[in-house]
Amino acid sequence: MLDTYRPVETPEGVEIGLRVAGPVPRLFAAAIDLVIRVVAYFVLAIPASLLGDGGVGLLLVGMFLMEWFYPVLFEVRRGGATPGKRRLGLLVLHRDGTPVGWMGSIVRNLLRFADFLPAAYGFGIASMLIDRDFRRLGDLAAGTVVVHREPEMAGYRVPKGPSLRPSVPLDLDEQRAVLDYAERLGTWSEARAAELAGLAAPLTGVPRTADGVEGVKHLLGIANWLLGRR
Amino acid sequence: MSREVFEKNHELQWRALEGNLARLEKSRGGEAAPDFPELYRQVCHHLALARHRRYGADLELRLNRLVLRGHQQLYRSRAGSLAAALRFATSDFPRLVRSEAKLVLLSLLLFAGPLIAMLLAVPWRPELALSVLPPATVEQMGQQYAPDGSLKAGRPVDSDLLMFGYYIYNNIGIAFRTFASGILGGLGSIFFLVYNGLAIGAVTGHIKYMGYQGNFYPFAIGHGAFELTAIVLAGAAGLRLGLALLAPGRLTRGESLLAAGRRAIGLVYGVAGMLTIAAFLEAFWSPSAAPAMVKLIVGGVLWLYVLFYFLVAGRSYGS
Repeated sequence: MLDTYRPVETPEGVEIGLRVAGPVPRLFAAAIDLVIRVVAYFVLAIPASLLGDGGVGLLLVGMFLMEWFYPVLFEVRRGGATPGKRRLGLLVLHRDGTPVGWMGSIVRNLLRFADFLPAAYGFGIASMLIDRDFRRLGDLAAGTVVVHREPEMAGYRVPKGPSLRPSVPLDLDEQRAVLDYAERLGTWSEARAAELAGLAAPLTGVPRTADGVEGVKHLLGIANWLLGRR
Repeated sequence: MSREVFEKNHELQWRALEGNLARLEKSRGGEAAPDFPELYRQVCHHLALARHRRYGADLELRLNRLVLRGHQQLYRSRAGSLAAALRFATSDFPRLVRSEAKLVLLSLLLFAGPLIAMLLAVPWRPELALSVLPPATVEQMGQQYAPDGSLKAGRPVDSDLLMFGYYIYNNIGIAFRTFASGILGGLGSIFFLVYNGLAIGAVTGHIKYMGYQGNFYPFAIGHGAFELTAIVLAGAAGLRLGLALLAPGRLTRGESLLAAGRRAIGLVYGVAGMLTIAAFLEAFWSPSAAPAMVKLIVGGVLWLYVLFYFLVAGRSYGS
């Protein structure tokens, strides 16, 4: 299966969908984080070098912390994502969908060294390609996954119109299909919109042979009714 | 119940949860209101009802978003307390080390064996040191401890701080690498343990051959108590990971690795703490102007202290 959707049930019995992220966006995110760290080293190195040997000592402590704990700090304190991951819309979670904690984040980021071996994330990429959740070695030991952040969805954007009660109760998938149809209505040609509405003839009761405009109006009306505009 | 009545009955609760979430998401360390968990569970219930009664996709979407945000806040991790850190240092860490005694001994063998072998062999065949380290390194390491070398007492405080930074960066980095590479079936940890054992043994053997040990031992004995022990423990943590993959026992390899990661990371926390202590000692105490005899006695006491700590601390109930 190429599907990357992983449903997880919370203790309250509500289902959360995780979309696991593959190696390519994660490598891009790692590259961005690398650039940020290198720039930070240079910025810190200038004042540090002015302070003489003591400043270099402090710089080394700073470099140690950046090298090992930069991702940990962001993952735990800034909503599961380093700046690179945030840019790519990625997020680190425990496998059960809860936010990653100190222990999980420290384990996965210390083991980054093993993932990097023998060169350029070799073992990490191999592990991601074998595992169905794209977990690198650090993720396997820490019990974490990297997922795509769900796009913020405020609600359906459906053109307003007179609402129309469907002749039969619709289940959730059917409701969603009608709403998705109404939302994308503006992006199709009229003929295409009519053709698609024709597929829903058993629901709208408008025969397929008509010019189709009636069927489109009917579906839009149902969508408005589903959104509670009565 | 119609959708309108349902919405009217519960709108206030949904607003309250939204307000709670907005507050929690803004201040990361913020405390949740006492009614937050209850509100969250009620809205979970509402979502289930809305689904079952087919109130409509948009209402479901709204409740689902609320629940997802609530889930992220309710189950986020809280920072550990100072009391927990103190308990870890005074009892949990030595207990953990004792419970991994077999792996610690194996790690000690892998590290101390090559070290002692080189220590004995190099004064007898000095060219052996060059089989592990480049000549320039051996030369420079040796010269530091010459009677007029760079580690003679009384260097400026500035360079102490420089060395502190270097020891943190280098030594804790080595310990982390020793641990992390253990996931490769233990091979990485074995490599780092043996290689570091050989290298330290070669340098010490070379210093002995040159006759500089009078400067070296008083310098090294103090921080060595923490540094050498920590490297062995980092190796044991790595071996724990490797063993979890090789011999998972009754668990699946994935579960076994997870459990091993949890145990091993405790060792690594302790190792990082010990190496920080070692870096302080190595930068500020070891090169200090104190007489060699004082350094040897203090160093001996530190070794006894570390041994005593791992053998005895945390044994009595409730300590």
